[in-house]
Amino acid sequence: MDLKRIDDFAWEIPKHGSMRVPTVIYTSSKLLESVKRDLTLKQAKNVACLRGIQRMAYVMPDAHQGYGFPIGGVAAFDLDEGIISPGGVGYDINCGVRLLKTEYTETDIRGRQRELLVEIFKEVPAGVGKGGTTRLSRRALEEVCIKGAEWAVENGYGTKEDLLRTEENGRMRGAVPGYLSQRAIERGIPQLGTLGSGNHFLEIQKVSKIYERQVAEVFGIHSVGQILIMIHCGSRGLGHQVASDYIRLMENKFGTKELPDRQLINAPIRSKLGQQYYGSMSAAVNFAFANRQMIAHWVRNVFAKIIGSSEGIDQVYDVCHNVAKFEKHRIGNELKEVCIHRKGATRSFGPGREEIPAIYRSVGQPVLIPGSMGTASYILVGTSEAEKLSFSSTTHGAGRVMSRHEALRRFKGEKIKQELESKGIELISTSWKGVAEEASQAYKDIDEVVKVSHQVGIGRIVAKVVPIGVMKG
Amino acid sequence: MQRYRFLKHTADAKFQAFGRTLEEAFSNTAIAMVSLMWDWEKIEKREVIQVEVEGRDLKQLLVIFLEEAIYLLDTKNFLLSSAERVKIERRGRHYLLRALFKGDRYSDKYKIFGNVKAVTYNEMKIKSNDFFMIQVVVDI
Repeated sequence: MDLKRIDDFAWEIPKHGSMRVPTVIYTSSKLLESVKRDLTLKQAKNVACLRGIQRMAYVMPDAHQGYGFPIGGVAAFDLDEGIISPGGVGYDINCGVRLLKTEYTETDIRGRQRELLVEIFKEVPAGVGKGGTTRLSRRALEEVCIKGAEWAVENGYGTKEDLLRTEENGRMRGAVPGYLSQRAIERGIPQLGTLGSGNHFLEIQKVSKIYERQVAEVFGIHSVGQILIMIHCGSRGLGHQVASDYIRLMENKFGTKELPDRQLINAPIRSKLGQQYYGSMSAAVNFAFANRQMIAHWVRNVFAKIIGSSEGIDQVYDVCHNVAKFEKHRIGNELKEVCIHRKGATRSFGPGREEIPAIYRSVGQPVLIPGSMGTASYILVGTSEAEKLSFSSTTHGAGRVMSRHEALRRFKGEKIKQELESKGIELISTSWKGVAEEASQAYKDIDEVVKVSHQVGIGRIVAKVVPIGVMKG
Repeated sequence: MQRYRFLKHTADAKFQAFGRTLEEAFSNTAIAMVSLMWDWEKIEKREVIQVEVEGRDLKQLLVIFLEEAIYLLDTKNFLLSSAERVKIERRGRHYLLRALFKGDRYSDKYKIFGNVKAVTYNEMKIKSNDFFMIQVVVDI
């Protein structure tokens, strides 16, 4: 495939064949090597062929092969001509990251990480087949899907301030639970308030370096050694079912013949099916917001119980990284509303955007980038330049380079636990196999990934954090 | 004949399942998929669930068939040990599949070590030569 180097951190697939727009890949020559090894570029090219796509298709620095869109794929569609695609959002709808800051330092909790982790593990159900402690009626679940994190706060999980510091204030307005299938609801009911498994985790972290002190302080992050809590999970079986249901419904309605990849099935945004998918997807987004809201509440309770108080444990932000949304962006000379798909990409709004909390409006939104298990994570800040460079999007994590199968062959869960412990990181998990699959060597170098984001200008590095306690689902 | 084997895939799990008939190959995709989550050979066959699914073509039928096992796990804690008496027939413009899922409900005696979120169409192949080969990538 013709790949044109633009500069040190950007490559382009020029428009050719049935591509409607060019594709731009933000990466480094080092990261590009792994991107070339799988289907990422082909998938990125396919995205550029979709109806109504605007300006360019973008690929973020942590990109790897997905299904339909690559992971790390960003595309915007015209509301009249364009499409909405479940394959542009992913199966784990509103998989995302929530970050809480505390006023504790490493010294305050030294020697008690294990105790904290064991207690969190008791409170937060994780792993496959683990149902939540909250068994809801169908009606209550529908309310969760309409109100999202607001439902959780109304029911005693956390505070109103948490909502203000959540993307969409924790509630997508367009959710229509009536469009969910019976199966989506059945799968959602036992799984609300659960972490899940796979790459999902909960970490107790400490700040290891602050790069932009002034911005960090606005985010509530003021010193090296400060303890933070990061929660990474999504909409569980409910979201997976929504994706599967609408892929099937769209196939049955529109057929699959014209698609470059069957997983790219889509519907016109204005069509009934397009609207129904958006309503269901938004319901799943809200389910995930409520899920993280509940988990955050339990973590606060554990801190109160073990350390004595949860005072000062405030939410920094909560971001989605698998979602489709309506946002205003500049296309040519016109500011227009488009349907943005971010699949394994984080929104990265800069200063002034009205969608971000007032407290952050002077600096830009926090962008939370989880690393792989046991490695560093980063806090970035959204930029104004990102609007023209990537429809205000940046990376969402490290991105895999090695298959889980290969990781299992090479690594042993028990050994990884010992290695982490020797670095002062406690680990607790439901499965050794899961630990081996998530070995940090199976991922891209997170430092390199965020460096590209920073250099390109789509998300600036504010602080680096490292884990001291990891709970893996 | 080997029942299934796993292939390299960056993020997700890719496998091929084999069978002398299409039905046998379908049955083997089901155990290949659940082998990512539990050891199907160790699951007792204490419960039998009748499965009936429809698809507009064979690939969609396969996706719906495999997702049935995920749905039963999420909603009934059912761990599949085998998919037996698989029958696939054409019904007008559609395909119909019937099968018996045998397995057990989750309890502490079983170990679960992974999760399959969904079945994708990526790199999906259904081929027949001397035998049937089905290739699937699942999102995990």
